[in-house]
Amino acid sequence: MLEVSPNGSPVVKHHEGDTVSFVTFEVARQIFGVPVTKVQDILTPDAIAPVPGGPAEVQGLINLRGRIVTVIDLRTRLGLAREEQTEGKRRGMCVTVEMDGESYTLFVDRVGDVITLPAALREESPATLDTLWRDVSDGVFHSGDRLLVILDVERLLAIRSKS
Amino acid sequence: MDDLLQEFLTETNESLATLDSELVRFERESSDTKILGNIFRLMHTIKGTCGFLGLPRLEAVAHAGENVLGKFRDGELEVSPGAVTLILKAIDRIREILVAMEETGAEPPGDDRVLIAQINAVASGEAPGATETDGATIDDEGFPVAAELLAEVAQALDQDPTLAVAVIAPSEPEPKKAEAPKPAMEASAESKDGAAQSSIRVNVDVIENLMTLISELVLTRNQLLQLQRVQKGNEFKVPLQRLSHITSDLQDGVTRMRMQPIGNAWAKLPRIVRDLCVETKKRIELVMQGADTELDRQVLEIIKDPLTHMVRNSADHGIETPAARAAAGKPETGTITLKAYHESGHIFIRISDDGRGLNADGIRRKILSNGLATESELASMNEQQILQFIFRAGFSTAEKVTSVSGRGVGMDVVRTNIERIGGMIEMTSAQGQGTTFLIKIPLTLAIVSALIVEASGQRFAIPQINVTELVGVSNRSEISIQTINNAPVLRLRDRLLPLVSLRRLLNLGEAETGKTDYVVVAQVGAAKFGIIVDRVFDTEEIVVKPVSPILRGTPFYAGNTILGDGSVILILDPNGIATAAKQNAADDGAVSEGASDEHPSKDETAFLLFRARGEELKAVPLELVARLEDVDAATIEHVGGRHVVQYRDHLMPLVPFDAAHAWPASGKQAVLVFSDHGRSMGLAVDEVVDIVRDRMAIELASDRTGLLGSAIIAGKATDIVNIGHFLTQAFANWFDGQDIAERAAAAPRRALVVDDSAFFRNLIVPLLRSAKWHVTSAVNGAEALSIMENAKPFDIVISDIEMPRMGGLDFAAAVRRDLRWQRLPMIALSSHANANDVEQGRAAGFDEYLSKADQPHLPENLARVLDAATHGRVSPWRTAS
Repeated sequence: MLEVSPNGSPVVKHHEGDTVSFVTFEVARQIFGVPVTKVQDILTPDAIAPVPGGPAEVQGLINLRGRIVTVIDLRTRLGLAREEQTEGKRRGMCVTVEMDGESYTLFVDRVGDVITLPAALREESPATLDTLWRDVSDGVFHSGDRLLVILDVERLLAIRSKS
Repeated sequence: MDDLLQEFLTETNESLATLDSELVRFERESSDTKILGNIFRLMHTIKGTCGFLGLPRLEAVAHAGENVLGKFRDGELEVSPGAVTLILKAIDRIREILVAMEETGAEPPGDDRVLIAQINAVASGEAPGATETDGATIDDEGFPVAAELLAEVAQALDQDPTLAVAVIAPSEPEPKKAEAPKPAMEASAESKDGAAQSSIRVNVDVIENLMTLISELVLTRNQLLQLQRVQKGNEFKVPLQRLSHITSDLQDGVTRMRMQPIGNAWAKLPRIVRDLCVETKKRIELVMQGADTELDRQVLEIIKDPLTHMVRNSADHGIETPAARAAAGKPETGTITLKAYHESGHIFIRISDDGRGLNADGIRRKILSNGLATESELASMNEQQILQFIFRAGFSTAEKVTSVSGRGVGMDVVRTNIERIGGMIEMTSAQGQGTTFLIKIPLTLAIVSALIVEASGQRFAIPQINVTELVGVSNRSEISIQTINNAPVLRLRDRLLPLVSLRRLLNLGEAETGKTDYVVVAQVGAAKFGIIVDRVFDTEEIVVKPVSPILRGTPFYAGNTILGDGSVILILDPNGIATAAKQNAADDGAVSEGASDEHPSKDETAFLLFRARGEELKAVPLELVARLEDVDAATIEHVGGRHVVQYRDHLMPLVPFDAAHAWPASGKQAVLVFSDHGRSMGLAVDEVVDIVRDRMAIELASDRTGLLGSAIIAGKATDIVNIGHFLTQAFANWFDGQDIAERAAAAPRRALVVDDSAFFRNLIVPLLRSAKWHVTSAVNGAEALSIMENAKPFDIVISDIEMPRMGGLDFAAAVRRDLRWQRLPMIALSSHANANDVEQGRAAGFDEYLSKADQPHLPENLARVLDAATHGRVSPWRTAS
């Protein structure tokens, strides 16, 4: 039911009933999605100012039209190894979300399409999923052997500072 | 709740605050018709508006109050405290009703008949025939501003008929006009000086948004300027410059919009003090100066409660009853003075009273009962230090909770609030004379001046309020960073300053060595420390934004901001850095404080360990060492059989520890620099090893030149170096200085050393300690006398002759005049030791006279006289009594 288009993002055929739209993005070859309603902005970060001493997941801060937005490194957040550690020069894009009036932006490898899926196809996260992932995911959509993992923004941003 | 009612509530609350303070003023100056007019006008407006909005309870209460006020004004009723109290009660009732309305949106049920009857009784009882109730008409002559004001209102209405205007005017002939629907603009009249001032009420959010927009405008402007710089000489230059100026002006303007006079935070105080006077039967005058000093509304909100609390405290605990004041010879009326003023980019607020001052004994008891300190800790503190405990958490001086103070807010909360906004609070108190608090706060929280620094290529901002000075340091300059057991320190003007490396603290990687660093000297409370950074840029006005909640647990940052060039930068929190650094130091076991070997409670001494002449370690008390230098061997000159080096524009003699020292032909020569009274000498050694802290326990006897003896330091036998020996080699006259003085007082087991030179105290104290003396030191005769008065008896006194305030001769004479100390052994230790000097010393009362110049023999001489003193003579207070 879920197919993958040539560019890697899932393609969905129309179904009857309720549908949900997701912004999809890729981190370490895995496709993730967050509900479109949660996304404020998609951008290519310019200069990321690091926050030494801050939580590892915080990649730094950027200036988004006069607002300071915290950049969350999704790789680190999801427990994935950081690829080519050329800090600050990493290519990627950012998906900006909001929580409690504060803006955060998720640093990902690549942003895909916005896709609309029938809500009925959503499945609970499989028990075999990594516990860290299960903790931040809000269900999955299947596509053959590939998974679209839906992320729960609130839980994703529940990062505790080491103090 | 509809907008109209909301607007009414806001406006009436403001009017009530004014009414409170005006009434208190009026009570004192009851002949001032202008004040009365003002009061009447406010009450009348409240009444009128209530009638319009259909609020019968409020209207009835306001009407009764207005009635009495009308009679005051017409002279039909005498102004009495009782009557004023009733009016105040009416105001309180109105306020209560308003509070309920804010919650429910409707007037709460209730019965005001008793209050109204009381008020009416005052109105009629004391002023028979007062039946006239129409207080609404006031002739224009009484309030000259009214006409002008009305004209303004009319004009405003003409321009925009939909614009609703609320007028608070005494002579408003048609009250309805003042209560037009949806009032968004208020024109208020200041009757005092006759000048009409108009102001509009704007929602705070609007201003905040404006501020944000302007920040963005500034950034855009800066980007444009940057572009323009690249493409020189284009036609945009002039308009851009204009845009730039206008933007700056706009920024200033909006910043000013956020400013409010501090008087707004004081408005409630006269009423509070007045009520307190009535309740406690005290007489207090509240003097307020500088009420028009402006500060950011955000700051104002935060300091409002602390200020109220402190004034309450002063009135409740500080000022005595009239009887007690009279008995103490003070005027019966106590004074509390509030003063606000601008100084060097900050607001200072001083709150002082002429009351009884803080009760040190009470505080001491409280400290002990609350377990904030132990008896022995308290014993080593002076009175002011003890008083500062009122700022500690878990402390409250109010022995019994009255209705006015002691509501669970202690001075610790006050201090926390003030420090949270980057402010500071200091307190001084004198028994019987009063207490003064001084608060220093930044003008605004939104925009602060910050120093931009760099570490490892990343820029950071440090709030200017915390920065006391900047020091450039490098290996080649006079000031360089030294390390004590890996902890960096800086000797700055003879104080040892603990340092924190920003690179190390934030794990940014070590800096390359040999380059110039900068030390930002920061002050947090009473503590001073230095932050090592790579570069220092400029100061910049920055707009402080709080860090995102995810980063709040990171202790180093106070906020973040966007600089003029659009880059995001973190604002360092010196407080957090100091705390974090302390923790790190504790983890490392590093010592970052200067050694203080004179304090009995800190028996440990910091030693500098080095190697010279053989493998065994040599040690010298760190306190004696001014600096450590690596001198370039090529710069060492050989002049007249001595080695010298150019140092701080002077020739500094270098003395080798070992006469057979092999001076290097190239490379570096390790040198310990000793300084005193402007002279320096360098001791050339093979290698500086470490700095350790340990107890000073010297085995005195030493037959080797240049050594005092040996001691076990950090588990190893170590030679303790007699620096005096080398000093005399460098300068034969080292100990001749007019101003070099030394004193010591010691008795069989307890010695008092009196000397104004820290250098010599550090020389003598270890010597005595090594001979198992318990040593106390003083810096002049006067201090020594007061120590002798208060401390346990001393067995011997060793004193310098030349000292400021009270020299050794006067000191000795004063000691001898006291019967208790007539037989106390006293030894003079001076650089002047000719026959005449010795004679004068003996005449003044010294038993022995030693020369400082005789350094090599000082240990023996000292041992000899100490021995004589302890065995040959017995101090009187041991035999007497």
